[in-house]
Amino acid sequence: MPAPTVLMGAVAYDPKVVTIWEGFRAWLRGRGLDFDFVLYSHYERQVEDLVAGRIDAAWNSPLAWLRAERLATANGTAVRALTMRDTDQDLTSIVVVRAESPVRQLADLAGQAVAVGAVDSPQATLIPLGHLAAAGVTVDVRRFDVGVGLHGDHIGGERDAARALMAGEVDAACMIDANHLAFVQEGTLPPEGTRIVAQTARYDHCNMTVRAPESDGVRLFGTLLLGMSYADPQVRPLLDLEGLTAWRDGRTTGYDALAEAVDASGFYSPDGRVTATDYRP
Amino acid sequence: MSAAPVAEVDLGDLGFGRGAHLLVQRALAGLPPGGRLAVSGRDPALRVHLPAWCRGRGHRVEWPDRGEAGELVAVVVRGSADDDRWFGAERAGPAQPSALSSRPPARWGLGARGALLEAGGPEARFDLDDRDLVWADIAPHLYAQAAARQWDPQTAVPWDDQFALPADVEAAVVQVMTYLVENEQAALVVPARFVGRIHPHFREVVQLLAVQMADEARHMEVFSRRALLRGTELGTSSAGGRQSLFTLVAESDFALASFLLSVLGEGSFVDLLAFLHENAPDPVTRRICWLAMQDERRHVVFGMAHLEHQARLDPLLRDRLRAAIHRRHDALVDTAGLNADVFDALVVLAAGGWHPDDVSAGFDRVQALQHAMDQGRQRRLVRLGFRPDEAAALSTLHTRNFM
Repeated sequence: MPAPTVLMGAVAYDPKVVTIWEGFRAWLRGRGLDFDFVLYSHYERQVEDLVAGRIDAAWNSPLAWLRAERLATANGTAVRALTMRDTDQDLTSIVVVRAESPVRQLADLAGQAVAVGAVDSPQATLIPLGHLAAAGVTVDVRRFDVGVGLHGDHIGGERDAARALMAGEVDAACMIDANHLAFVQEGTLPPEGTRIVAQTARYDHCNMTVRAPESDGVRLFGTLLLGMSYADPQVRPLLDLEGLTAWRDGRTTGYDALAEAVDASGFYSPDGRVTATDYRP
Repeated sequence: MSAAPVAEVDLGDLGFGRGAHLLVQRALAGLPPGGRLAVSGRDPALRVHLPAWCRGRGHRVEWPDRGEAGELVAVVVRGSADDDRWFGAERAGPAQPSALSSRPPARWGLGARGALLEAGGPEARFDLDDRDLVWADIAPHLYAQAAARQWDPQTAVPWDDQFALPADVEAAVVQVMTYLVENEQAALVVPARFVGRIHPHFREVVQLLAVQMADEARHMEVFSRRALLRGTELGTSSAGGRQSLFTLVAESDFALASFLLSVLGEGSFVDLLAFLHENAPDPVTRRICWLAMQDERRHVVFGMAHLEHQARLDPLLRDRLRAAIHRRHDALVDTAGLNADVFDALVVLAAGGWHPDDVSAGFDRVQALQHAMDQGRQRRLVRLGFRPDEAAALSTLHTRNFM
């Protein structure tokens, strides 16, 4: 009997993506799964190919997950989140100001210049702007479009927003919690130079999206991913590169805030078409 | 919140931007996976940074119920990633050189000897990984001695001493210096070719060879500087001399290269430097020959030590050493050997004047030098286990270029 197969899509937001998935490929093949991957230059085509059945799995951003779900529903099929990284769960985004800023709370930001990441960044644009909108605060959005189509995977937009804040070009900046810590530790932001004025509710990030019902190959893929151990020296460097210590079962309970932001901003239509006017991946 | 934490840490005003993770990490280190640590602190960003930091390290965070005590931020539940990283880790042998591995594995690679090595990583190819082949128990001691006796070419030599030599004597000095520079050049390149091949587990040998190379670098400098102290040109370099040195550099077997370079070559060189020290016509030449001789003695001691060790364990070693001498002799049989200009220059220096009796005496002294070199080679060969008659025969096959 031939080995079960899986063809997975991943977005090439960084050269390390090749190292990671070539390494995982060797590991997965060594365990009886005929696994291969294709690289996409942005998430939109990857999602379309998943729903059209051209690939079996898509290593998706949260925004790509939402679109996959909508496209599948629209054509009468279904997708599900097979796995996700431990580090994809319970993230938050924050809004920071300079330490000496008169801004004390979210409402003080009304009419102020707020730096965000790329147009399609869930964590640095869509979710925090949704948070501001939900609080009834209208701001002057300054976008830093780095890596459009990569759904915020490229850290450049967030870093540029942080730099703009410290340069005094904007009054506030939005970023994911871990990047605020990273920017402080790397020196982009001085340790006591910023103050956090808002934090979103917890949400989830990437997941391994697959079509339901799953093939034997996809089921085996999920089992093998969940079995990867940080104690295994062959995969540990790859897990470090991919930024996780363990794969978890996929869950889809952490995408509500993003879905609301997508609807409110008209980024995707309910049937999964790209409707954002200034988004050209 | 579920079960009560078993440990707590108070970060005070310290935030993650200034190293709070060190305190959290230290407190977690004392807990088993699943152990619970109550973290309190006053840094305003703590509630954002603590969970972000924990997420990346596989620790879970539990939030206190509303109304729970004051500065408690969260309870961190220790994950297993820290332990998992060190699963299968091993020590790269003992830290001290007293019980070295006889064949350190390639996976230890560039890990510090004695360090706890995370599993995985590259298999570094150091092909000289046989303790009996590279090690000598005296290596750590010799390294310490060598490191302590490094001298500064600028201050160790009386460069500014006043002296003036007749032009032909100065020319003889320049000729000998030219010869010494090219020999030292070869003596630097030979260990350089092996240093990168020796397994770092035998680090004292690597360190010793590195200092040996530094010795040769200084020798090249001072001999060049003496050659150009009064003039602007160096002497001659014969094709045969360079051919002899090339056979040294081309030897790719560590034991054979040490044998040819240190035991036979540098051993003879020590006698030559002693001769030059004794017959030097000026204080600069005298001093630099003495300094170089001290270093070269050390090189001979190490070469002898690790070959004696190897010869005790491997009765076939002598066959290979013998073959190496023959091979080199055959390769050089059609060459002139020592540059005639060098030989003549040595006679001039030993003569100290141009009266026929002076020249005759100088000639005798150079012959006595060659005899001393031969005797020295024989002694060292006997120490390596050759019979005296065979040692005498092998010594005569040594290159006429001395080195």
